[in-house]
Amino acid sequence: MPAVSMTVNGKAVSGNVEERTLLVQFLREQLRLTGTHVGCDTSQCGACVIHVDGIAAKSCTLLALQCEGASITTIEGLAEPGGALHPMQEAFREHHGLQCGYCTPGMIMSALDIVRRNGNDLDEHTIREQLDGNICRCTGYHNIVKAIAAGAKNMPKVGAQQAAE
Amino acid sequence: MSATGIGAAVRRKEDFRFVTGKGQYTDDVVRPGETRAVFVRSPHAHAKIKSIDVSAAKKMPGVIDVLTGADLATDKIGNLICGWMIHSKDGTPMKMSAHPALAAGKVNCVGDAVAVVIAESIAQGKEAAEKVKVDYDVLQAVIDPAKAQAKGAPQIHADIPNNTIYQWHLGDPKATAAAFAAAKHVTKLDIVNNRLVPNAMEPRAALAEYDEGSDHLTLWSTSQNPHVARLVISAFVGITPEHKLRVIAPDVGGGFGSKIFIYPEEVVCLWASRKVKRPVKWTSDRSEAFLTDAHGRDHVTHAELALDADGKILALRAKTIANLGAYMSTFSSSVPTYLYATLLSGQYNIPSIYCEVDAVYTNTAPVDAYRGAGRPEAAFVVERLMEVTARQMAIDPADLRKRNFITAFPHQTPVIMAYDAGDFHASLKKALELADVKGFGKRKREAARHGKLRGLGYSAYIEACGIAPSQAVGSLGAGVGLWESAEVRVNPTGSVEVLTGCHAHGQGHETTFAQLVSERLGIPFDNVSIVHGDTDKVQFGMGTYGSRSGAVGMSAIVKALDKIEAKAKKVAAYVLEAAEGDIEFKDGKFTVAGTDKSAAWGDVALNAYIAHKFVGADLEPGLKETSFYDPTNFTFPAGCHICEVEVDIDTGKTDIVNWTAIDDFGTVINPMIVEGQVHGGIAQGVGQALLEGAVYSKEGQLVTGSMMDYTMPRAHDLPSFHVGLTTTKSPSNPLGIKGCGEAGAIAAPAAVINAITDAIGTEDLAMPATANAVWSALQRAKPRQVA
Repeated sequence: MPAVSMTVNGKAVSGNVEERTLLVQFLREQLRLTGTHVGCDTSQCGACVIHVDGIAAKSCTLLALQCEGASITTIEGLAEPGGALHPMQEAFREHHGLQCGYCTPGMIMSALDIVRRNGNDLDEHTIREQLDGNICRCTGYHNIVKAIAAGAKNMPKVGAQQAAE
Repeated sequence: MSATGIGAAVRRKEDFRFVTGKGQYTDDVVRPGETRAVFVRSPHAHAKIKSIDVSAAKKMPGVIDVLTGADLATDKIGNLICGWMIHSKDGTPMKMSAHPALAAGKVNCVGDAVAVVIAESIAQGKEAAEKVKVDYDVLQAVIDPAKAQAKGAPQIHADIPNNTIYQWHLGDPKATAAAFAAAKHVTKLDIVNNRLVPNAMEPRAALAEYDEGSDHLTLWSTSQNPHVARLVISAFVGITPEHKLRVIAPDVGGGFGSKIFIYPEEVVCLWASRKVKRPVKWTSDRSEAFLTDAHGRDHVTHAELALDADGKILALRAKTIANLGAYMSTFSSSVPTYLYATLLSGQYNIPSIYCEVDAVYTNTAPVDAYRGAGRPEAAFVVERLMEVTARQMAIDPADLRKRNFITAFPHQTPVIMAYDAGDFHASLKKALELADVKGFGKRKREAARHGKLRGLGYSAYIEACGIAPSQAVGSLGAGVGLWESAEVRVNPTGSVEVLTGCHAHGQGHETTFAQLVSERLGIPFDNVSIVHGDTDKVQFGMGTYGSRSGAVGMSAIVKALDKIEAKAKKVAAYVLEAAEGDIEFKDGKFTVAGTDKSAAWGDVALNAYIAHKFVGADLEPGLKETSFYDPTNFTFPAGCHICEVEVDIDTGKTDIVNWTAIDDFGTVINPMIVEGQVHGGIAQGVGQALLEGAVYSKEGQLVTGSMMDYTMPRAHDLPSFHVGLTTTKSPSNPLGIKGCGEAGAIAAPAAVINAITDAIGTEDLAMPATANAVWSALQRAKPRQVA
C-alpha cells in the first residue's frame, strides 16, 4: 500500500493507505480522530468538513493520497492545548447551536470558513446561504445561525485565512 | 430560582465533548479484532429467492464468513416482532407476518437483507458481497397503499389476505352519522400525509462482541431505548438470555423515532459475532439508511367535519389507510391507531368522532414512529379541516377556533383521551399578538405590489405525550409498560449520580436532569452526573420517545429523591443527635427545628457511609434509592403556531417570512433547551410541508434514495422563529411537565399548508408543497388577482 504523509492538527503523521482510502477514513480509522463524522454518501451533509491548508473541504470527497504534504485541521485541532475552546466552539455551546452533536464538528469547521471568506461581521442571510453544504436535523438552524454570528464576532480580526487555523 | 436550578437556561454539560470532537458514537467505538458486516440487499421490491450461492464470496480476500437466512433458521434465531396488539373492528387480532432478520426464501422490499458478509474490512466485505449470487424470481409489487387491498393485488405475505393487517375503528359511528345528517355545513377533505425518511444525521450502527469465557454478548447500538432492545432481542428473537446480553447506546446522533426500533442488523451482528468469535460491526451508509430505516407517516385519509349554522362543530369522521410497509416494525401498529385517532378532537369540543383505519402491507420499507408519530397526522387532519371550514363558511379562522375551544378541564373527548389542563384561548391570543395578525392585510397588499402572494396559516395543535400510564396503554394493546426508572446514588463525598432509563440523543438530559437534582438537593450542578444508555449500569428503563423523558423520566428522579431525602434525614438525626421528626432539609443543609444546629449535605452523605453514628440494626448504611414511576395520565402539550408565507407567482416558490410558535409545555426545566426542541420540530414539520417526500417507483425502487434526491431543510430554507410560552401545569406528574420534543413537528405542516393555500386561493395542494407543486396548483386554479 502506498505511503502518505501530511500534517494533521500541527503534528506530522504518515501511514500506508489503499489508493481508494478516503481522507475521512484515514482520519477516523488510522489516526482515530473520530470527531470528523460521516453522514451521507453523496457529499451533501457536511458532517465531515475539515480544513485543507486552511480551506474547508469535505473529507469524504478527498482521497487520503491527494492530501500528501497538506496541512489538515480537524475539529480536534481547534481548542487550545490546555482545553480553552476556540471562540466558534464556545459560541456553539453558548448559543445552544447543537443538540445531538453529530453535525457539529462539520458545522464549526464550515463556520470558520464562512468567516475566512466573509469576515467577522456576518448577517443572518449570509450565514444561511453560506451554510448550504451542511445539514443539521436537530436544531432547525436557528441557534446555529446565532452561534456563527456570535463566534465570528469573537474571533480575532485577522486576515481571514489565518482565522481558520 | 438558582442559576442552575429548574427554569434556568443552563448551558449544556454535553457540549464540551461535542464541540471538541470527543463525542463517542457507536461507529467511534473500536474493539480488538473487530470485523465488518456488509449486507447483501435485495434490488427488487418483491421477489422469490430461487437460490443463493455464497461459494465465490467465501473465497474472496479478507472474508471470514458469509451467512444467509437459511443459516439463521438452522440456528433457530427468531423473528423480529411488533409489540403492540391492535384488534380489528370485528374483534380479530392484527395479522402480523414473519419478519426474519435475513430473508427466508422471499424478499418484500428493496433493501431487504438477503445475506451478510463478515470480512476484515468494509472494502473487502463490499467486494465479496458483489460475488454473492442470488437468483430471484421477480414478482409484481404493491406500492400504493390505496391499492394494496384491491381485488387482484399481488399478495405480499401468503398468510395475510388482501395485504390487510387490521381494520380498526374508534368512536361512535351511529352518533357521528346522526350528527352529520343534522349538520348545516360539512367540510370534506382528501389528504395524503406524505411518507418521510427520518434521516437522523448519525446513520444507524451496531457493534456486537461475544465473550466466550463468560458466554456474554455486548451490543453497542444507536438505540433510543437499549433496555427494550435487550428485551426483544433476548426474549423474542432468542439470541441469548436477557442476563447474558448487555446493550450500550453511547452518544447517539439523533433519532426522531427511527432508533426506537429493533432492526435486523443488530440481530445479525450479535448472531454473527458469536459464530465467528470476533466483534462484528455494521455501520449503515446513507443509501442503506434510506432503504432500511423505518420511514414515517404515509397516510391516505378522507376526513369530514360537520358544523351547525353558527360554526359550532357537531362531529368529525375520518377514514384512513395507513401504509406499514413490508414488515411490521416494533411499534408500527400503534402509530396510526392509538397515537392518531385519539387526537382527532384537537383543541375542540367535538361531541362525536368516528375514525376507521386500515393498515396495509406494501413492498416498501417498514413505516413506524417518526417525530410526533400519529399526532402530526391527526393535527394535520383537524387543522386543515378547521382552516378550510373557516374559508368555506366565511368565518375568521381564529374566530372559528375560539368558538369551539375546550375551556373546562378535565375534558373527556369521544376518543379516549381525558385532557387534564390547558388554556387554548391564551395560546391563540398570544400567538395573534406576536404574529401581528392585525397588520397582515397591510403586509399582504405590500407583497402583492412586488408580485408575491402572501398567506397566513394557523395550527392550534394538541398532542398526548408523557407516554404513558402502563395500565392504560396495556388496555390498548401495548406489550410493555411505559413507566420510567431512576436510581439516585449519593457518593460519600456528597456528589450524586443519577441512573435513568431514559436515553438522550440530543435532548440534553445530562443537563436538565442535573438541574433538577441540583435544585432539589441544593448541591452544585457540577456535582451531579447522569448515567444512561447501558443495561449493565441502569437496571431497566423504557427509553426516550414520545416526549416522555421530562414528564415520566424526571418524575422517577423526583420520587427517588424523595426517598433519598427521607433516608438522609434519618442519618442527619443521628449526626445532629435530634429526633428525626425535627430534622428539616433546605438548600443543601439539614437543621434541627428551632435550634441553630445544622449539618451540611456532605456531612450527612459521609456519615451515611462511614456509619459510625448508628448501628445497622437501626438504619442501613449507604444512601442510594430507586424509583419506578408510572404516570397517572398522558400529558397534553398544546399551542398555536402561525405561519406567514410569500409565494412567488412565477415560480411557485414559497418563502416562510414569519413563524410564531406559542406552546404550553407545563413546567419548563431549561428554556434554552426547550426552545431548541421547538426550533428543530418546526424544521422537520416545515420539511414535511415544503420539501420532503419519499417517492417509490411503481416497481418499488426508492427514487428519493439519497440526500441528493430527498430534500431536507437547509439553513436557507428556514427563517428564524419567534417562540413563546403560555403555561398550565400538567396535573399528572409531580413536576407539572408536559413535554416539548414533538410539538413543532406536529404543529408545523398544517400551519404551512394553511398559509400557502390562503396565499394561492385553492385547497388543491398536497405535501410536499414544492415550487413545482404550488405553481401547478396556481395554474389549475387560476390564481386570484393580486394588486
